[in-house]
Amino acid sequence: MSSSTDASTPALELTRIAKAFGAVIALTNGTLALHPGSIHALVGENGAGKSTLVKIIAGLYQRDSGDFTLGGETVDFKSTAESKNAGIAVIYQEPTLFPDLSVTENIFMGRQPTLSLGRIDRKAMHTQALELFERLGVRIDPDRPTLGLSIADQQLIEIAKAISLDAKVLVMDEPTAALSGVEVERLFAVARSLRDEGRALLFISHRFDEVFDLCDTVTVMRDGAYISTSPIADTTVEKIVREMVGRDVATLFPKEEAAIGDEVLVVEGLTEAGVFHDISFSVRSGEIVALAGLVGAGRSEIARAIFGVDGYSSGSVKVNGRVVPKRNPAKAMQLGIALVPEDRRKQGLVLESSVSGNATLAIRKQLTASGFLTKNAENAAARIWASRLEVKTFALDTEAGTLSGGNQQKVVLAKWLATNPSVLIIDEPTRGIDVGTKAEVHRLLSQLAGEGLAILMISSELPEVLGMADRVLVVREGRITADQPRATATAETVMLAATQSLEAAK
Amino acid sequence: MTALFTAPQPGLGQRVTHSLGGVAKARETGILLALIIIVAAATIKNPSFLFSADGFRDLLLTPSILLLVAVGQAIIIITRNVDLSVGSTLGLTAYLTGRLFIDVPGIPIVAVFAIGIVFGGLLGLVNGALVAFAKVPSLVITLGTLYAYRGINVLWTGSDRINSSDFPKAFLGLGTQQILYIPVLTLIALVVLIAAGYYLRNLRGGRELYAIGSDPQAANLYGLKVTQRVLVAFIVCGALAGLAGVLYAARYGTVNSQAGSGFELQAVGAAVIGGVAIFGGSGTVWGAAIGAYLLFTINRALPILGVQDFWQRAVVGVLIIGAIVLDRVLALRSTRKLVEARDAGNV
Repeated sequence: MSSSTDASTPALELTRIAKAFGAVIALTNGTLALHPGSIHALVGENGAGKSTLVKIIAGLYQRDSGDFTLGGETVDFKSTAESKNAGIAVIYQEPTLFPDLSVTENIFMGRQPTLSLGRIDRKAMHTQALELFERLGVRIDPDRPTLGLSIADQQLIEIAKAISLDAKVLVMDEPTAALSGVEVERLFAVARSLRDEGRALLFISHRFDEVFDLCDTVTVMRDGAYISTSPIADTTVEKIVREMVGRDVATLFPKEEAAIGDEVLVVEGLTEAGVFHDISFSVRSGEIVALAGLVGAGRSEIARAIFGVDGYSSGSVKVNGRVVPKRNPAKAMQLGIALVPEDRRKQGLVLESSVSGNATLAIRKQLTASGFLTKNAENAAARIWASRLEVKTFALDTEAGTLSGGNQQKVVLAKWLATNPSVLIIDEPTRGIDVGTKAEVHRLLSQLAGEGLAILMISSELPEVLGMADRVLVVREGRITADQPRATATAETVMLAATQSLEAAK
Repeated sequence: MTALFTAPQPGLGQRVTHSLGGVAKARETGILLALIIIVAAATIKNPSFLFSADGFRDLLLTPSILLLVAVGQAIIIITRNVDLSVGSTLGLTAYLTGRLFIDVPGIPIVAVFAIGIVFGGLLGLVNGALVAFAKVPSLVITLGTLYAYRGINVLWTGSDRINSSDFPKAFLGLGTQQILYIPVLTLIALVVLIAAGYYLRNLRGGRELYAIGSDPQAANLYGLKVTQRVLVAFIVCGALAGLAGVLYAARYGTVNSQAGSGFELQAVGAAVIGGVAIFGGSGTVWGAAIGAYLLFTINRALPILGVQDFWQRAVVGVLIIGAIVLDRVLALRSTRKLVEARDAGNV
């Protein structure tokens, strides 16, 4: 590998970049230096601020403070067009192509070669597209619409776009997440040849084997801040993981001991092609089982399949020994499953409705007297749960949308607990909830487990997983890759199981 | 009667599935075929439908005004928006045209055209500004301006009516005159159609309209000037409705406060039937133009073919729904192919 990275000025340098969205601080100290002829890795947990940093580089967000220089000169991008003109190309996780337009048009949109009077020179455009693909060593019909192309091909088009721009800096945000082994190799070959042409590449990935295979330098971020930068040769996977996790997690959210009873939820061989494969596990009463893993690993999809929102092609789900039918959430509820979804504002609450209306939503039928629902019956039922969960609101007829995130979560919980479930599936229980209320939600979950509820908790936050769960199941790319009891699960083992790619696991 | 309309569709469907790239062309050929079949059938039943001087003229003339509005509408729909206010814009401009001739005696006809176009463009600017800056869906905004513009029209016109005697002869002549058997109105519509078709196909700005409609978020990430382009699209659509308003006055000679009401839905219908996908990003103004002709010609041909009056609207409805369902089926088909391909690649 070439190692002429030290002497030259960085192609792109970020120093102490900060960015907040209202009260939420996304980035406190974003620091990064990309050198020409180098592939630089950026790693960090979910929510470490990587994506925010990328969006600042792309000109989509503007930094609040800090220095951003390009080739030694300070830049202030107000739009993505400006950063593009300055020679920065960003390839987002999801390719951003125009599905109705041809491959060629996608590459040259906005800067097509023109003849006199601004008429687009289709022939020249076509030839240039062919040349680009030849250089990349790929075969894609330049005249077909991008609709229907695989993610891998779409990514190659993004790269072709970046090359045709003659970008000096190329940012790739998890480009390999949706690619197969062969496709990854092809992408890497292209990336290496771009590096050898003297471009600076930034590669964001959760797969450490890829980082070590492709990159020459690695920067670690945690909680919106820069932690370290080191040459890849001087570091190890273990060291990087330690820096990524980097905090004392055991004491944050202690789960109280609860009597673990019989198996309540049993999932066997659940498979849906392309989403999850051969998922088998069980949850006992009084037990909290965490589904850990990276965003997009397929955890929410598994939960939705268990509850019957989505279908699956094979496998079975049983609650208390009774089979839960496919695609029938009403039946799943009846059998005692409750699902608190990830996006509570969209899927869990009727924001315009009152607290009591929301809390009793799932038990409406039981509350009606000869078909009529009275406010009194609603309030009486809601009061029980509102007080048990300590929902902080002046009145039960407050609009749910005006509550804080933590209190909204409690209302959603109240709604489901009112159905008297035996299994509670909760997706990202504390996302978007401030630290103080977080502990309260955790205390609640722990208390519910103590009362004999079986809880399946999906969480992307390692401290939460390690603090709360009796058992940790790690999901990676739609498969369970580790099943660790509380005693042996550590941040490192969970993170490794969540990130190692299949090749490394073999 | 049903056989007439269902006949060309299976063929159309098959051709469409051959290649995705040929979709647009197949769509336009398909409805052009439908148009030809209808004209042929009506002509066989009653030869004067096509072969009398009046019949031929009407065939070309009547849809020309709708064609202008449909071209504007197609441009808007391509950007994944819709403009429901075009009928009201047309009506308001038509009345303005009459007032200009009455209140400014001797005003040159060219000036009236210019004022009508600019006025329509201004009404379009109001739509565009609300959509682009207030970030409210265009369906809602233009539904509002549909009523607002019509309200202004009613307020201004009252029970007044502008009659053909209020217009200069030369102006009214435009509505019926022919050059080499082709009505002047049709020629104007053709010029606009060719210009719009050329712009959308061959210039950067035109292609960007497709990109914006295809995926607005991607267009933003890409750094395209989404706001500016959408704004201009609305101005152009308004200006074309304005031009159509002036021509409406010339063609019919009488204008009251309800002129052009219902045009907006006919324009949307024409565009959709012509293969302009309601989700944006695909279709051509050529298709919308053929759609406009198809809509009007059906209305004239059905009575000749012995179809009762009340079925006519139902037929138009079936055409619109058929076009949308066809678009949807095609989109789903290609999405499914994508998923299958991805899964096959992974396993």
